[in-house]
Amino acid sequence: MDSVEVKNTNDAGAVQNQYLTFVLAGEEYGVDILRVQEIRGWDTVTPIPSTPDYIKGVINLRGAIVPIVDLRTRFKMAAIEYGPTTVVIVLRTNGAKNSTILGIVVDGVSEVYNIKTENIKVPPQMGQEMDIRFVHGLATIEEKMIILMDVDQILTSREIAAVDKLVA
Amino acid sequence: MSFDMSQFLQTFYEESFEGLDSMEGNLLNFDVGVVDAEKINAIFRVAHSIKGGSATFGLKEMAAFTHSMETLLEKIRSGERQMTTELVDLLLQSVDVLRAMLSANKNGADGVNIPVAALKSRFDELLKSGDTPAANPAPARTGAGEADAQQTAKGKSQHWCIDFIPRMSLFSTGNDPLRIFRELATLGELETRIDLGKLPSWDDMDAEQCYLAWQLQLRTEHTEAAIKEIFEWVESDCRLDIKCIDSAAGAVAKTEVASKPHPVETAIAAEPQKATDDAKDSVVKEQKSAPAESASIRVSIDKVDDLINMVGELVITQSMLGQLGQDFDMSKLEKLADGLTQLERNTRELQESVMRIRMLPISFVFQRFPRMVRDLSAKLGKKVELVMTGEGTELDKTVMEKIGDPLVHLLRNALDHGIESPEQRQQAGKPATGAIKLNAYHQGGNIVIEIIDDGKGLDRDRILEKARLRGLVGSDEVLPEDKVAELIFLPGFSTAEIVSDLSGRGVGMDVVRKNIKSLGGSVEIKSETGKGSKFTIRLPLTLAILDGQLVRVGEGTYVVPLVSIIETLQIKKKYINAVAGKAEMYRLRDDYLPIIRLYETFSLVPDQRELENGLLVVVEAEGQKAGLFVDDLLSQQQVVIKSLETNFRKVTGLSGATILGDGTVALILDVSSLIGAARQQATNRGRPQAA
Repeated sequence: MDSVEVKNTNDAGAVQNQYLTFVLAGEEYGVDILRVQEIRGWDTVTPIPSTPDYIKGVINLRGAIVPIVDLRTRFKMAAIEYGPTTVVIVLRTNGAKNSTILGIVVDGVSEVYNIKTENIKVPPQMGQEMDIRFVHGLATIEEKMIILMDVDQILTSREIAAVDKLVA
Repeated sequence: MSFDMSQFLQTFYEESFEGLDSMEGNLLNFDVGVVDAEKINAIFRVAHSIKGGSATFGLKEMAAFTHSMETLLEKIRSGERQMTTELVDLLLQSVDVLRAMLSANKNGADGVNIPVAALKSRFDELLKSGDTPAANPAPARTGAGEADAQQTAKGKSQHWCIDFIPRMSLFSTGNDPLRIFRELATLGELETRIDLGKLPSWDDMDAEQCYLAWQLQLRTEHTEAAIKEIFEWVESDCRLDIKCIDSAAGAVAKTEVASKPHPVETAIAAEPQKATDDAKDSVVKEQKSAPAESASIRVSIDKVDDLINMVGELVITQSMLGQLGQDFDMSKLEKLADGLTQLERNTRELQESVMRIRMLPISFVFQRFPRMVRDLSAKLGKKVELVMTGEGTELDKTVMEKIGDPLVHLLRNALDHGIESPEQRQQAGKPATGAIKLNAYHQGGNIVIEIIDDGKGLDRDRILEKARLRGLVGSDEVLPEDKVAELIFLPGFSTAEIVSDLSGRGVGMDVVRKNIKSLGGSVEIKSETGKGSKFTIRLPLTLAILDGQLVRVGEGTYVVPLVSIIETLQIKKKYINAVAGKAEMYRLRDDYLPIIRLYETFSLVPDQRELENGLLVVVEAEGQKAGLFVDDLLSQQQVVIKSLETNFRKVTGLSGATILGDGTVALILDVSSLIGAARQQATNRGRPQAA
């Protein structure tokens, strides 16, 4: 986490946003840094019964009950043992009615990049390989591809409604 | 001096609604024929404050209306008129009208059909007809203020010179000279001059003091009394000198004053009178447009003082502990323990007082009932006396806001279906006047509200007949007495259909029960044919804190609400029965309880799978019992309820979460949904082919 530093890959002037990137199964993903509330080390959670497996449980974040989503399980990747670099990124998402807080478990955080809006490409249709819903765009930085995520889609109301139906 | 008035608007609405409530209460208690100056004054004050407030906020129609009302009340107050039943009715109707106007304004609804003009003209009529040619003729004042303002210019006006020198403390009484002037301006042409002579230097000025004095010139055809009336509220706080200068005299020579004369803008402009076609009978339909739960709360000052004291103590304890911590050695261990005990006590007291802030006496709900009973019994031709006790019982504001409607419904039912007509009552050997008792008291962590009537009670045979017709009860099933009464809470039972021929209002008893249940409460009914019914509502005092029993299943800690626990026992194998192969029942004395294995419901890894090695927590919800199989009982403690829905969603079987002393999250069990799910499962197992 200490290695997080800002790298200017673009000249100032154009519309650009900062993205925090993290690693998940060797790939680098980015989220809008304004949505990031904090980064925490992995700590035990309280599991909630009758919820999908990607919801690890809830934690107490200074008095608020915050759900924690395992992003690997969410993306249907192989689960790994949580290690010392495993972190929880606490994000603010805009739900259907109001903004909510949620934490995502990732393999580790990597960098903060400035990315111009014009450099963000629309993701191509990738078939069944990965659910395109979560992807907001793709950006290339120093020959690396970064997948920019749409944080609002991680726990969508559609998902929750589907779960509700399942439980009921 | 223009600033945003809208910030005070909310307060005005709240105060006005409260004022109207008290006005209504006073009117209902009014004993016609007895001159009760105090009550009349109280009623008058409300009308006056609403008038002043509405004029300040530019609610012209309301100001004009209250003005007429006030004029009439003034006559009663001065003894010129007698209070009659007719007048009480009229005033009660105006309370309704004002309420409707206020809520229409508050919700921004426009063009609502409120029979303001009709009522207002009745006031005016009454005023004209009853006017004795006393030394105080104010016929023009019976009209609305705006009419006068127009007429004044033409009519022969007199010139008044008013010296208004308020005391320094004027502002502290909440009076605003500007408002007074605006009101004066409605009487006629007003010129104000301000005297800044007493204004101290900037450094010595206290912003809360009034250093100003005014000299007012008013041209009006109103009497001195009318002018004096406007100053009524500040009379004791000022030196007031009202002189009549000959109307012919022109402008008074301008004395040296710091500021220019500046005509106060006319607050009340001409208002087109509503056509009399809406002058039907003055039945005001309550505005149903989104009655938003009010977001503010009025707290009595002693509760706040309490809180401040408590915080003071907490600070002292904190500094004591801080000092101890700076150079701590083992010799001070006892002191530390003392300090910690004190801290615990302070925290608990603080918590209690904070919770008390949200608590309001239940009279806030009760006070609207006398009116309702009065109107409804008149409509139904029944004689009913409403007795209310325990109005001072306090409960949480949120609970209170939601209990109102169910109570209204139960009370209406008691009136509609419970109490008989006077003739029937006399035939049954009962007094002609029926009695409905409304009682509230605390019991444990609950508030209990009872609605007792001495009417005819529930007609069990007809209820049972209906239930059989609807297939809710098997045709040859025999139900115990109290179970029959419970039937009326089932959905699909419209009260109107069962007990009387009066048309239903679309809300059944099932809704009442659902509302009460959503507050974590319960409702019971006891009824005796011919003697009356008794509804008992039990509600938790607050929704924010819960007494919980912590239980352990595997590694998880769960909270069971203490109110739903009946007992906890060690399981004896001989009492376990397996019904229909799978569903396990436990025989507890004469009862059979379904066993809910929590680890199964929640897919956990428990310590114990053998029933006799664990514990059974016997819980009850909505009259149904079940046993929760857990590994261990932990401590009992009060927990603060946190919603899971804020950041996530509702989870079946859980009512929320809480944070334990060590910072971890524990989930709170929703006993009623657990029992419901278990029962459903049991029935599904019972008929495997059904799926």
